[in-house]
Amino acid sequence: MNSKGKILIVDDELIVRDSLSKWFREEGYEVGTAEGGRQALAMLAQQDWDIALVDIKMPDMDGIELQQRFHEVKPDLTIIIMTGYASVETAVAALKSGAYDYVVKPFDPEEMAHTVRNALAHKKAERENVALKERVAESSFPPELIGQSAAMRTVFEAIETVGPTEATVLITGESGTGKELVARAIHAASPRRYNRLVVAHCGALAETLLESELFGHEKGAFTGAQYRKKGIFEAADGGTVFLDEVGDISLKTQTDLLRVLQEREITRVGSNQPIHVDFRCVAATNKDLEAMVEQGSFRPDLYYRLNVFRIDLPPLRKRKEDIPLLVDHFVRKFASSMNKPVQGVSRAAINMLMQYDWPGNIRELENAVERAMVVARSGELQEKDFTLRIPLNGRSGMTLEEVERAHILEVLEQCRNNQTLAAQVLGIDRVTLHNKLKKYGWKRPTDEAL
Amino acid sequence: MNGIGLLAIGETDSAMMESLRAALETEFGVHCEILEASLDPAPSFHLERGQYSSTDILDRMQKGFAPDSDHLLGVTPLDLYIPILTFVFGEAQLNGSCAVVSTHRLRQEFYGLPADGGLLLERLVKEAVHELGHSLGLVHCDDYRCAMAASHDVEAIDVKGKSLCSDCRARALALMTRKPAVKR
Repeated sequence: MNSKGKILIVDDELIVRDSLSKWFREEGYEVGTAEGGRQALAMLAQQDWDIALVDIKMPDMDGIELQQRFHEVKPDLTIIIMTGYASVETAVAALKSGAYDYVVKPFDPEEMAHTVRNALAHKKAERENVALKERVAESSFPPELIGQSAAMRTVFEAIETVGPTEATVLITGESGTGKELVARAIHAASPRRYNRLVVAHCGALAETLLESELFGHEKGAFTGAQYRKKGIFEAADGGTVFLDEVGDISLKTQTDLLRVLQEREITRVGSNQPIHVDFRCVAATNKDLEAMVEQGSFRPDLYYRLNVFRIDLPPLRKRKEDIPLLVDHFVRKFASSMNKPVQGVSRAAINMLMQYDWPGNIRELENAVERAMVVARSGELQEKDFTLRIPLNGRSGMTLEEVERAHILEVLEQCRNNQTLAAQVLGIDRVTLHNKLKKYGWKRPTDEAL
Repeated sequence: MNGIGLLAIGETDSAMMESLRAALETEFGVHCEILEASLDPAPSFHLERGQYSSTDILDRMQKGFAPDSDHLLGVTPLDLYIPILTFVFGEAQLNGSCAVVSTHRLRQEFYGLPADGGLLLERLVKEAVHELGHSLGLVHCDDYRCAMAASHDVEAIDVKGKSLCSDCRARALALMTRKPAVKR
């Protein structure tokens, strides 16, 4: 029979623990008991509990303090305080420190049953609410995926093409270019969008932890595996698995991963029972997988399995025309979250941001805007509000035209005034360069020398 | 389950005990008999609360009355409690052999209403089936018509039926056949 919920009873009196736990077991609940705060905290670390019934007066730690400790370890645990006498002070203290409710001993059976039933219903509704919000967020196109540049239009077209299919997608691009956003967009464009998108940060975990994260484990599979855990492929259950930084996984895990992609079956760590899994795979990397295949550090068969459809995300420096749009989006985002009346960015500041190469890509741009929003004193972000990682060689404050003129003259000087060579270096034709020099009123220095 | 023994605790109405015996025989389909002996409730009295400890009564039933039957059900007119609750209609050793029910709060007079012998017997049978169900190992049932539905007030007792629902009955049968008979 399924348990109605898991209740942890914390009381220093044995008779209270015994009679209450027996009564709740008859009600169909799974019950655990602890004689004090320390034991309760240890039990909380070992297992998940829905509700903790905590006595307010205990020798090692009082109920209010224990409740605070519980919240630090497991913020969503519902706590009901038990008190031996009814007093407004006790009730206020309990509720102020975050208790769901408090009950006075001895309890009226119907009142106690009602309180616990309501607490569980409340908890269930909260969990459903969180899950639904996540599903809705996952099923919609991520608003941060912004751009009007030709490079980004190609990316959007690719998402539109591959999204509704079951094809495995490999997203490549430098760190901070928004690979996870593209994965979310693919998921949102797929028929799997009402199921979960589960992300595995492959680069962040050691090999054994990653195996357990991806494939799950059985109880006792390794030290610390106290409970059976579902892996990411099982958790996706009809949704999408996003393998971030797939280039960072070991050759052994690559072999296991290849098997999952081929067989659509996983085996939990510590088990030999294969489990069928239903998922669509999207992977991403900032590494050159082809080079890794040549060097022997990435399995070629896995590479071909992942590289069914490839989307290359351009670095921000290659799509600088998107910077104003991105900046505008981040300003609106942070103005709302910081509650600051900042409307936009000054023209000079935008020019400065456009000149910068953004080695950290959109992530760096977002951080720069966030920092600027924090220090901004006016309704418009100014150049001085931004602190860029790499200085702009004293060109901040210049207009684009001024920067262009300075750059062209600098290159021309480096080319010893050879206009043909300078035009090649600048990537423009000689006539365009000649016209620009004429506009600047430039004269060949050697003419003056003659 | 080979049978049920009924044990009077305090002064019980013999006609009511006989009706209960017959009803339990019908419900569980096993022999049910009223024991000649009775249990003195006095040692289980709590002076401050003015009530009798059902847990203590169960302990004394277990120790003092090696049952001839698989299950022993104590019946008392006295008000029962467990330490953490203000009262209980009854208590059972979950998956054990002893259970106890009280008629104290099943009487209409307790709520300031005129006595109703028929209603009292009906409530008693429901609670007796409920507590014996616990002693078989059943927990509360979500079907409000089932005798194993949780009932923390008389209104809830009046709503539910005297019998186990089909699921609880099947589970009870499985538990009854698994349980070894107590040596006579």
